[in-house]
Amino acid sequence: MKIKKIQNLHWKIPAGLMVLLMIFLQLVPFYITLAVAFKPKTDLSSRWMIPTSIYFDNFLTAISRGRILTAMLNSLLVTSVAILLICLLGAFAGYPLARIKSRFNKIVLMTILGVMMIPPLSVLVPLYSMMNKINGVNTYWGIILIVTTGQLPLSVFLYSSFISSIPVELEEAALLDGCNYIQIFNRIILPLLKPVTASVIILTGIFVWNEYQLSLYILSSPAKRTIAPAIGAFFSQSSSNLGAAAAAALLGVLPLVVLYLFLQKYFIKGMIDSALK
Amino acid sequence: MEQRKGWLSQLFFKKEATNILYVPALILFAVFTFYPLIYGLKISFTNWNGYSQNYGYVGFLNYIELFKDKYFLNAIKNTLIFGFGCTIFQQIIGLAVAITLDHKFFGRNFSRIVIYLPVLVSPVIMGIIYYLFLHYNYGALNDIVVLLGYERIAWLSKENWALIAIVIVNTLQFCGISMIIYLAGLQNIPDMYYEAAKIDGATDFQAFKYITIPFLYPAVITSVTINLIGGLKLFDVIKVLTNGGPGYSTNSISTLIDITYFNAQNAGYASSMGVFLFAMILIVTITLHKVLKKGEVEV
Repeated sequence: MKIKKIQNLHWKIPAGLMVLLMIFLQLVPFYITLAVAFKPKTDLSSRWMIPTSIYFDNFLTAISRGRILTAMLNSLLVTSVAILLICLLGAFAGYPLARIKSRFNKIVLMTILGVMMIPPLSVLVPLYSMMNKINGVNTYWGIILIVTTGQLPLSVFLYSSFISSIPVELEEAALLDGCNYIQIFNRIILPLLKPVTASVIILTGIFVWNEYQLSLYILSSPAKRTIAPAIGAFFSQSSSNLGAAAAAALLGVLPLVVLYLFLQKYFIKGMIDSALK
Repeated sequence: MEQRKGWLSQLFFKKEATNILYVPALILFAVFTFYPLIYGLKISFTNWNGYSQNYGYVGFLNYIELFKDKYFLNAIKNTLIFGFGCTIFQQIIGLAVAITLDHKFFGRNFSRIVIYLPVLVSPVIMGIIYYLFLHYNYGALNDIVVLLGYERIAWLSKENWALIAIVIVNTLQFCGISMIIYLAGLQNIPDMYYEAAKIDGATDFQAFKYITIPFLYPAVITSVTINLIGGLKLFDVIKVLTNGGPGYSTNSISTLIDITYFNAQNAGYASSMGVFLFAMILIVTITLHKVLKKGEVEV
């Protein structure tokens, strides 16, 4: 029998009630969104009532007028290429930064971590006009490079702290066997990076998929828009049509929520890795 | 293993040569982070409108203007409210939920999954979901207000209600992060300390104060820093819920930059706001981090 923090029954009841309240508060907005999305505009019943019949028109409107499916494909493209770059460049950079603790490398690592604090909106004006000059506005490569740079600090940080925990003895043995450092990196380090790579993919993937602040401006053409700005734009064009806005929101939430329900252990492990390393 | 004899392969017998592996990352940072920062600083000293070829240098005029601009001063106030307000509530909720979920009970895993769920939702979408909830005529919350016999409340178009709504929405969305950080911290505390405290006759409150809090301190620093940066950067939720309104009353610095650049076409001025926002986040976060670190040494 474990002895833990709360012993008395009179603590357990309010604590349990509080958790129930939090679950209620977190689920209610989603329930309301579902109820609104499945009701026609003519249905004047309370938003709290379960829809009496299934009504799909709101979803059809969101898909046809809001171009939600195109946006999802765009997001899929941008997110997969960006994740690939984030993992590759992050693992590359993490290796020397973990193994060579020179003064210069410490400065490099600190600078990279400092980049995490830069709010996207603070560089909006210069970034947008720079992208304009190099014809990067409304291009996939433009937004991919921007979001990759934005998530790279987290990736470098996770890889370098993970590599620091790999025993150096492995590499010393390989060096004696005549491997150079490139071979050591390819044959010894890379295969060991699978667990941390899962965390990097999940954490940065969520950010990239949900990115709005810069995608909103860099991808202004409806055909190129990713999911978050597409739903934002659809919402502001049709804010009188709350049912369709609700349907669009649900469609946007669906992919990540489904992934989360299947892989929730990895999602939470990724969060812990990023916070406690 | 085969040994290649090329000069490149020879070079990589030197450990220092691997430093080249971080060059691609540094190039990306140079182009998409450091150059825009410096370029932004330059624009902030001009009266550029964002597209014209002609502009002039105006020295510190934009910065002087910032401190006379009541909309900007109000945005600073709001940014601090969002930053500190969300951070405080997120720590209270996150810690309380984590302490409860640290015990085994039926539905523990379900609770954790649900409370963390909104973290994955794009803040824009979260904003839309809460917009439906808080809408004046068609919102679910006012349905209840009317049912209870009160007048509808304009949650999003009365300044104070709107500020509170934004803080609550962002708090609820991201309190799962604090919960997970505190839960991980709590699970690192060895049970034997509580057993010893119980044998010594410590009360629950004493055990919490003298064991839980000191052990959890590093987790507090991490959680506060993450939440504070997130709150000070707040943009998406405001853009959807109020778009800075009514008037300019609920703008954060981020949303005011957006309005100043794209609606008012005042790129120079918007750029000076950007420089200010970055400096403010840097100073506030580093100061708070130092203060919290001092507390850690004393424990």
